[in-house]
Amino acid sequence: MCGIVGICDLKPGRRTNLHDIQRMMAQIRHRGPDQMGIYLDDIVGLGHLRLSIVDLQGGCQPIHNEDETLWIIYNGEVFNYIELKRELQEQGHRFYTTSDTEVLLHLYEQEGPRCLQRLNGQFALAIWDGVNKELFLARDRVGIRPLHYTIHNQRLIFASEIKSIFAVSGVPRAIDPVSLDQIFTFWTVLPGRTVFRDIHELPPGHYMKVSRGRVETKRYWEIPIYEREEQLEEPLETICEQVSDLLMDAIRVRLRADVPVGCYVSGGLDSSGVAAVAAKKLGVSWNTFGIRFDEEVFDEGTHQERMVSFLGSTHHQIQATPQRIGDAFAQTLWHCEKPLLRTSPVPLWLLSRVVHECGLKVVLTGEGADEVFGGYDIFKEAKVRQFWSRRPDSSLPALLLNQLYEDIFRDQRAKRLRQTFFRQGLDWSRDPLFSHTLRWDNTSRIKTFFSSEVKAATGTADPYEPVRQSLPQRFHQLDTVGKAQYLEMAIFLSNHLLSSQGDRVAMAHSVEIRLPFLDYRMIDLMARVPSRWKILGLNEKHLLKKVLRPLLPDQIVARRKQAYRAPIVHCLLAGASGELARGLLTGSAMRRAALFDIGKVDKLLAKLQAVENPSEIDGMALAGILSSQIIHQQFVEDYSPRGHSTIHPDLVIDRRTRVKAAV
Amino acid sequence: MDVQQIMKDYIVDCILFGDGEKLQVSASLQENRILDSLGFLDIITFMEQRFGIKIDDDEVIPENFDTLGKMSQFVERKMNGRTAAR
Repeated sequence: MCGIVGICDLKPGRRTNLHDIQRMMAQIRHRGPDQMGIYLDDIVGLGHLRLSIVDLQGGCQPIHNEDETLWIIYNGEVFNYIELKRELQEQGHRFYTTSDTEVLLHLYEQEGPRCLQRLNGQFALAIWDGVNKELFLARDRVGIRPLHYTIHNQRLIFASEIKSIFAVSGVPRAIDPVSLDQIFTFWTVLPGRTVFRDIHELPPGHYMKVSRGRVETKRYWEIPIYEREEQLEEPLETICEQVSDLLMDAIRVRLRADVPVGCYVSGGLDSSGVAAVAAKKLGVSWNTFGIRFDEEVFDEGTHQERMVSFLGSTHHQIQATPQRIGDAFAQTLWHCEKPLLRTSPVPLWLLSRVVHECGLKVVLTGEGADEVFGGYDIFKEAKVRQFWSRRPDSSLPALLLNQLYEDIFRDQRAKRLRQTFFRQGLDWSRDPLFSHTLRWDNTSRIKTFFSSEVKAATGTADPYEPVRQSLPQRFHQLDTVGKAQYLEMAIFLSNHLLSSQGDRVAMAHSVEIRLPFLDYRMIDLMARVPSRWKILGLNEKHLLKKVLRPLLPDQIVARRKQAYRAPIVHCLLAGASGELARGLLTGSAMRRAALFDIGKVDKLLAKLQAVENPSEIDGMALAGILSSQIIHQQFVEDYSPRGHSTIHPDLVIDRRTRVKAAV
Repeated sequence: MDVQQIMKDYIVDCILFGDGEKLQVSASLQENRILDSLGFLDIITFMEQRFGIKIDDDEVIPENFDTLGKMSQFVERKMNGRTAAR
């Protein structure tokens, strides 16, 4: 797990500047504090920061092939590297390290971009072919590892994190109003975008080739969709056996590391499942890590403690108090690099700090199970509303929806009004986005705070149209739950959960997360499983519960799913974040950023000061506005990169022909 | 006391944050996406505190709450001690 940076000249004749690469590296030291390496020639500069996990002694990057014509920098893990290496050795490839990086390079040498199909892992990489003068960039299937780029001044500039790109002098830094509009609709940007104008993210499952000034992006993997006749017909018990075997293998390969591996345990089914499979079937003794909240409505402490005592693990907890969440909000945003409508990434940022303090670099998590196995309430909501649209007079859906949102709609008084809320859009049940438009429409209400400049820039364009356009033809064959699962995976998982709640907050403290439920074989197998086995009636993750039941305490399997959430308003208007809010939500700061309507924000703040229990939507508005202002301050207004001289590489390969002139 | 004006000022200030032109007396607050069911809870709390009335659970129904007009009439009926729709 590491950080990568690079610059590739699209117009020959210029030389790569060593200081540019060093400055880019200096911004993301947290991603790789253990070793550093640089490759330079007349066209490219590559920089690597290493967090050593596999082959601690020999894995310093960039790594080359036998004749040193190919060079790789790589952030991630290929879990099946042992099997692939064996095969490559039989084909005559010779290795000088025991790292997975070198395996990946030789596989590319052997198979070209097709090699990506054979990798079981989480990665962002760059390979430079010095003979053909071709740069190859790629990102894992679901987007666990980040890779951003921009084209500026006829140079392709890429990096794990955007702050490195901004460290190259002359790269413009501005908030993109269309991206901001997407965040205030979908809770995140859509794939490929970032909140910054002209800064892109290579979408999950894509690679890019840069050759002779041409930049070409291709998709190599899609979220699998199977037609009804391609789905598994086997009895549920048989499918459960397959899932069980695969889950064990997905965990087994994710335990491959030359350093100890820990596990996040929330007390929910998914992380408990991962920890229990490893403990009971693979004999792992865990260091576990969990978040606690002061507020009962967010806290899963009872279940977490039950699980810890069941596992016999050495457990480390953090208490995510409103004070701590508020204090760490700005630092978390520095790592997430995009505005947030929730504070939920912050406790995960705090948690990875504890992992780091305990001396661990790798943790397994249960992330991804809700998407793959059908865990979210929105899937059930879509199912009920679909039923309702066919039988508008039935009173059953209203009852079911009340049950479903018991946690959120704690006050029972608005029950009948709620029915009207969920009835909205029922006549749109054929819309491909049916499952999500209600949520997105509701979130979009906070766009009322946008400034006239932002509103003018986004215009009247339908924000859902890019989503509709991105859907593959086969999407329309999916049933209601399948469609909802697809949308969650394509939008929210990749761009929020794996990013702001995943890689970015973990790597902030040099911690690598590994996600067995997002093993591509598991995604593929579960795509073949009919929806009825995923959500039976309104019982979410029915199949997964059946698989895990023999391995977990009954209470963990039987408990009601509790969505991971964190408090918002009380955290953000007090402590360090309150200080920031007082500075950044004033007229002058807001006028400089020109993102929000000053009068409306004042009214929101007055309301939040006055009410005891602010509503969810007002909390989201506050988080969105304040985080956008912080991002603007950190990256647009006050960005000041660390200097190149803080980087002292362990390895420099310098093949420039006119070195002195270039430095 | 102009109940409707007080209700309107509250919704414009605290729900629409100043965007008053969207609010019409007889337009559905939910259908026009001005309020969701959680937003209604804020309004209920405001009505109870501002007008000194007690709103029962079974009175929180679209017939009393769907539009600014219905809400204002509901408050007036409660203040006059008359029974509201249930």
